[in-house]
Amino acid sequence: MNTHPLTLLTIVSETLLKERLIHELREAGAKGFTITEVSGEGSRQRRVSEILGENIKIEVIVKPEIADKILSVLQKQFFPRYAVVAYLSEVQVVREEKYI
Amino acid sequence: MTFLQSFQSNICSPMILAFAFGIICRLIKSELTIPRDLYSSLSIYLLLALGLKGGVELSQVEWRDLFLPAAVTILLGCITPVSSYLTLRYLGKFSIADAAGIAAHYGSVSAVTFIPAEKFVFANLGEQSVAPYMPTLLTLLEIPGIQIALAIGVVGLAKSRALQETGLADPQEPSPSRSMGAIWHELLTARSMVLLVGGMIIGLIIGYDGFTSVKPFFDKGDWMFKGALTIFLLEMGLVAGTRLSDLKHAGAFLIAFGIAMPILHGALGVYLGTLAGLGVGSSTVLGTMAASASYIAAPPAVRMTLPEANPTYYLTAALAITFPFNLLLGIPIYFRIASALVGQ
Repeated sequence: MNTHPLTLLTIVSETLLKERLIHELREAGAKGFTITEVSGEGSRQRRVSEILGENIKIEVIVKPEIADKILSVLQKQFFPRYAVVAYLSEVQVVREEKYI
Repeated sequence: MTFLQSFQSNICSPMILAFAFGIICRLIKSELTIPRDLYSSLSIYLLLALGLKGGVELSQVEWRDLFLPAAVTILLGCITPVSSYLTLRYLGKFSIADAAGIAAHYGSVSAVTFIPAEKFVFANLGEQSVAPYMPTLLTLLEIPGIQIALAIGVVGLAKSRALQETGLADPQEPSPSRSMGAIWHELLTARSMVLLVGGMIIGLIIGYDGFTSVKPFFDKGDWMFKGALTIFLLEMGLVAGTRLSDLKHAGAFLIAFGIAMPILHGALGVYLGTLAGLGVGSSTVLGTMAASASYIAAPPAVRMTLPEANPTYYLTAALAITFPFNLLLGIPIYFRIASALVGQ
């Protein structure tokens, strides 16, 4: 099968930020994304989940430069103040045109 | 009835015992949890029922009877966030964001404290002793407190950043300023607000006749409502019990604040209530509303707009200190103050 390399950006954040993060993804040019409800604890160890909800994991497959653009938005607006982590990995996709 | 008697009658209600039971479950490290979806469902049911019944009763009220109580309620909503902020910032030496974050909770109101307060007054003085428009006052008190405290926080932080920038080389990147419109939209469309106001409008439209068809399910006096409240308070006990371990991070000042501030706000609320012509029962409920700290509407609003504020402080103060205090001791205290002021 003919596959193409793209970047999978995974963001784990407090549920509260869902709408704002989706907005940023769309702004940066992401075509689609998958959101799952997850739970866990991070370096901040501030348990606020009983009132504000557990965490969400957003997965989005994009071109590397768009992933970079999203990361810099996260770096500026979200990392300093909210419980958010993000990481990149390389994935192989078929039907590349669906993602870019 | 002596204070001790009213305290005992308060303690021995199934709701309060369920709350205490929830705390004990956490203390003995039981794995009991209430599913999150049930918690959400119960809070939707309770808020909608509260709004619905409030609306039905509001349909019988003369609007001019409402004017004075509504005015003192809004006044309370403007005083409590400021008094909380000043106390925390200048006596407690909290940071601007933390002080404003906690003040938003104490300026707003806890609907779940409102219900036991009403129940307590019903048990002591009968069903007619609480004015039918109290749920309307509840919604009036919900918003201004959060708004004022958030505004204090946002403006205060902007000022301190401006100062930093002239002095220090590396000021924190300013948080993307969220427009006042976005904050208003968020508060007005928050779950608790929408349910209370929506329920109230439905109640106003259907009136007493329309309400009969859903009364057994939604009426505050009925078994369904009381049962749901009991389970909800069990969950609140579990949450408060989890938070108890955070008390050591909260510090002595915040613990003292979580008890003293409700008493002051409660006394002020009762006093203003009697000034507005409310009876003992309604003044007690208004005092409890002023004394209570929100934990449904305020936490998400503060987390969004003042992310610099530490959630451990505001959640612990509101949930592990003030909520149990009001439930166990506060309500009987405000009732005594109201009785003394009205001279019964």
